[in-house]
Amino acid sequence: MKKSALFAAICVPAFLAAAPLAAKTLVYCSEGSPENFYPGINTTGTSFDVNEHIYDNIVDFERGGTKVVPGLAEKWDVSADGTVYTFHIRKNAKFHSNKGFKPTRNLNADDIVFMFERQWKEENPYFKVTSPNHSYFNDMGMPKLLKSVEKVDDYTVKITLNQPEAPFLSNLAMQWAGVQSKEYADAMLKAGTPEKVDQDPIGSGPFFLVNYQKDAIVRFKAFPEYWGGKAKIDDLVFAITPDASVRWAKLQKGECHVMPYPNPADIEAIKKDPNVTLMDQAGLNIGYLAYQTTKKPFDDVRVRKAFNMAMNKKAIVDAVFLSSGVPAKSPIPPSMWSYNDSVKEDEYNPEAAKKLLAEAGYPNGLETDLWAMPVQRPYNPNARRIAELMQADLAKIGVKAEIKSFEWGEYRKRAQAGEHQMAQLGWTGDNGDPDNFLHTLLGCASAQSASGSNIAKWCHKPFDDLVTKAKVVTDQAERTKLYQQAQVIFKEQAPWFTVAHAVQLKPVRKEVVDFKLSPFGRHTFYGVDLKDK
Amino acid sequence: MTAETMEAPAVAAPTATPPHPLREFWGYFSANHGAVAGLVIIIAVVLVALLADVIAPHSPYVTDTSIALKPPFWQEGGSIAYPLGTDPIGRDILSRLIYGARLSLLIGLVVVAISIVAGTVLGLVAGFFRGLTEIFIMRLMDIILTLPSLLLAIVIVAVLGPGLMNSMLAVALVILPHYVRLARAAVITETSKDYVTAARVSGAGTTRLMFREVLPNCTAPLIVQASLGISTAILDAAALGFLGLGAQPPSPEWGTMLADAREFVLRAWWVVTFPGLAILITVLAFNLLGDGLRDALDPKLKR
Amino acid sequence: MLRFILTRVSLIIPTFLGITLLAFFLIRLVPGDPIETLAGERGIDPARHEQLRKEYGFDQPVIVQYGIYLSRVLQGDLGKSMITQEPVLTEFSALFPATVELALCAIVFALLIGLPAGMLAAIRRNSIFDHGVMGVSLTGYSMPIFWWGLILILIFSVQLDLTPVSGRIDVLYYIEPTTGFLLIDTLLSDEEGAFWSAVKHLILPTIVLGTVPLAVIARMTRSAMLEVLGEDYIRTAKAKGLSRFRIVALHALRNALIPVVTVIGLQVGVLFTGAILTETIFSWPGVGKWLIDAIFRRDYPVLQGGALLLGIVVMAVNLLVDLTYGLINPRIRHNR
Repeated sequence: MKKSALFAAICVPAFLAAAPLAAKTLVYCSEGSPENFYPGINTTGTSFDVNEHIYDNIVDFERGGTKVVPGLAEKWDVSADGTVYTFHIRKNAKFHSNKGFKPTRNLNADDIVFMFERQWKEENPYFKVTSPNHSYFNDMGMPKLLKSVEKVDDYTVKITLNQPEAPFLSNLAMQWAGVQSKEYADAMLKAGTPEKVDQDPIGSGPFFLVNYQKDAIVRFKAFPEYWGGKAKIDDLVFAITPDASVRWAKLQKGECHVMPYPNPADIEAIKKDPNVTLMDQAGLNIGYLAYQTTKKPFDDVRVRKAFNMAMNKKAIVDAVFLSSGVPAKSPIPPSMWSYNDSVKEDEYNPEAAKKLLAEAGYPNGLETDLWAMPVQRPYNPNARRIAELMQADLAKIGVKAEIKSFEWGEYRKRAQAGEHQMAQLGWTGDNGDPDNFLHTLLGCASAQSASGSNIAKWCHKPFDDLVTKAKVVTDQAERTKLYQQAQVIFKEQAPWFTVAHAVQLKPVRKEVVDFKLSPFGRHTFYGVDLKDK
Repeated sequence: MTAETMEAPAVAAPTATPPHPLREFWGYFSANHGAVAGLVIIIAVVLVALLADVIAPHSPYVTDTSIALKPPFWQEGGSIAYPLGTDPIGRDILSRLIYGARLSLLIGLVVVAISIVAGTVLGLVAGFFRGLTEIFIMRLMDIILTLPSLLLAIVIVAVLGPGLMNSMLAVALVILPHYVRLARAAVITETSKDYVTAARVSGAGTTRLMFREVLPNCTAPLIVQASLGISTAILDAAALGFLGLGAQPPSPEWGTMLADAREFVLRAWWVVTFPGLAILITVLAFNLLGDGLRDALDPKLKR
Repeated sequence: MLRFILTRVSLIIPTFLGITLLAFFLIRLVPGDPIETLAGERGIDPARHEQLRKEYGFDQPVIVQYGIYLSRVLQGDLGKSMITQEPVLTEFSALFPATVELALCAIVFALLIGLPAGMLAAIRRNSIFDHGVMGVSLTGYSMPIFWWGLILILIFSVQLDLTPVSGRIDVLYYIEPTTGFLLIDTLLSDEEGAFWSAVKHLILPTIVLGTVPLAVIARMTRSAMLEVLGEDYIRTAKAKGLSRFRIVALHALRNALIPVVTVIGLQVGVLFTGAILTETIFSWPGVGKWLIDAIFRRDYPVLQGGALLLGIVVMAVNLLVDLTYGLINPRIRHNR
């Protein structure tokens, strides 16, 4: 032992140069530790990135897109009225095995039914295991939507809905619907250790978990018997690195191949590095400043308009997002269908703003608060800095804004209760549907609920009528028209100062082949290859 | 002791009386070059803080994104108008550091004032009443000392909410036990001495005894502890600021400035380097001063 | 002797209870709703919220909650993390070795440099060397270590590319945790170069965390040595004509070490404080960073359990120091 250490001491440089493993190992510098290995209760992208590799879904989003493609279900039929879905499950999907469990059968309808019942039926023995809070399942309205989930035969599942739902398939492609092994779950229940299912996961995905050390590393190996064929890389490693600058330093040195969420500050340097490609894609998100429209002075549309004109959006985006964001004029991102590019942006004009403010009865300006999230979000790299810039701009039209902040959970809760006058917030789309932005964030239902996402508390009937109607119409051309009208009304009424759509930037080393950006911000490494340097 | 008094310059004492204690103290203090240097730096920092409005070239708050991240003047692209460069939203770093001096001094003084007052009272009470009161107070202090101080401070700030005032309170609380222990130990030593017994016999009340007789006799160690405490306070408050729990932006507190600019560390070294240096220099100065005070006030170490 | 040990040990009980009380109630005062935390990014509907509150026992009077908590703690159950649903004790024991490894390295580093520096400074009192050591150590003592860490990364990792930026070991090495101490585990494993990778990762964090203890130890050693060197028996030894080296090595050092050992014991608490910052800067997967994360996530059970466990560790170390001290120095034991 000692000898080898001594030997190593002499030859350190040589050893470091020769990578210790011959297998193809892709290292991803992830931003944090996963919560656990059960996607049904996960709420963070960090956890989804991990579990995405372990579990399969009934249907998937195509790699790098929002289109729904076959997953565990080879094909499916939908009844004419849109309420009955019949899924035909592939017969060649195998489960992983680990020290405590060897599967005896392939994935089948039982596992699919178990996936639903675990999150849906309180009497299911697994309902409360690890956590009873199946957030996404509930958020997607599944408890109300699902009428029944039945096993027709071993490889056929029939799902009946209470009413038609346009985005149902997209919803099933989301990570919360990752399929676990029922056989494993039963075995662990028998052994009295049900929580093992979520700690030593067994899925049918392209990678299996080898080892997880909290705050340090998640280690996967390619699953040779994956139904889609073995992944091109052999080992997949998530090196957990919370600090963005550190992630970049590691990528630069070749200690990892892909990293998420670079610091806007480092982007210049990243672009210049010859070993790194900076991939970018418009994100499905919006960062905004919401005016509390039920409170003075923001119940007056003139005040809101004046504020919109007083703040120099371009300067804010340039200074804070640097090149990682584009100024936003609509609540939905330009890459989303039904985006209305013809709406006119409020131009930056402090003089006009001042006049408008005087017209609204505030010739000497006014005082307000200005909330800033305490944390960095995908749609907003630094809310505080934005607030400081807004504060400075508003001061020019005589508005004194006081910056306020709370702990993040508290912040959301208070903002949803409408305690602010002006508050920053944002949104990242779940399934690529405009409904997920316009109705969820600006509809009346959401304004009236204390836990709704409409923190402008803006309930404007003409707008609400449009987005509610678009929800039930199935024809996309028709829906597009409704949503485009809604955006025009939004701009006129100005319940928000739309700040920016963050661009998803991913620095990737040149040796990485065929990595695709996901519009949902996921990081998937099945299908990715490494070429020799 | 007498030997040293002999050494003190006799000029100050035209009559046969021994030199004035202050003069004697200055004699020892000024012999310690480090301490004098510390004092000079502190005076400089105080002056900078007091005159911030006059000497700062810019406002510490005015932002100008067109001049964001200018390097210090000696580097290419820098300009003498912003001698130490600008931060990510174009504020002059030198001006922010100058105004930050106010905050750091304020933090140091307020924290130490709170903990000295509270600590002395608690320590005196514990030392005088002994029994259950003492056990209760000292156990509480033990608990505070057992938990990692920063952790406790963070929890307190989490309870009170982030901010300058709350972080000062939190830091004051975590350094409190040192003063309590000091005061109690001094009381116990002093009360066993003859003058206290004499005062007691002559009918002095407990409160009077505490504040009139004993307290003046344990001021020396308290003063030393206080000057060292200021440095601890500045350091801890900066650490809280660094973790995002201290003074909130745009306030130019040094630790907060550091935290706020941390992401630029690879691209603009100056935004991180200067606030840290400012903390280091100020803390070092108070430590030097504290050391000098201790040497000058503690006869045991006088040689 | 037994009585001395018993008294010392019995003093721990109220402190322990105090810590549980403090940890429990302080954390209850923190604004923010743990259920909301549990819900993560998505928010939660009111009915489910109420149900979860009941499930976690948050609807009961605080004092009852404390009672339940305490009785569970006494059975060794510190609860489960609200974020990961893992038992707090499991998480702690997975992460604690990393912190201990770092802390031990920092202490060894501080001793290796601090002791000789302090001794030499004392022997050559008022020399340039003495002033240098004292100046440097006071600077170290005044160092904002969160800044120090950033500067060292900037210089050694980014500019000079000599040390890795963060983490415990190069991710390409797969070391099964046997002891949890990577320096040992890597030697046990057959992976070539893994040990050196671990060493390289340790260098900067060790320096950062060791800076303050180094300063304290150097200063303490110097003043203890000075005191001892002035004692009668040293003068006697000198008079007897013993060599300078023998005097220092045999007589002075041994006696000067007693206060130094105490100081090291007292540094344990300081080390944990330092570890919180050091681990944050270097992404070191230890308990310091774990606790910071817990605070920001309102993970009550982790925070309570973690504070309690750390408190116990500090108490245990203090007790150990106390007892050793009592063993070395009989005067103390009889005084109490």
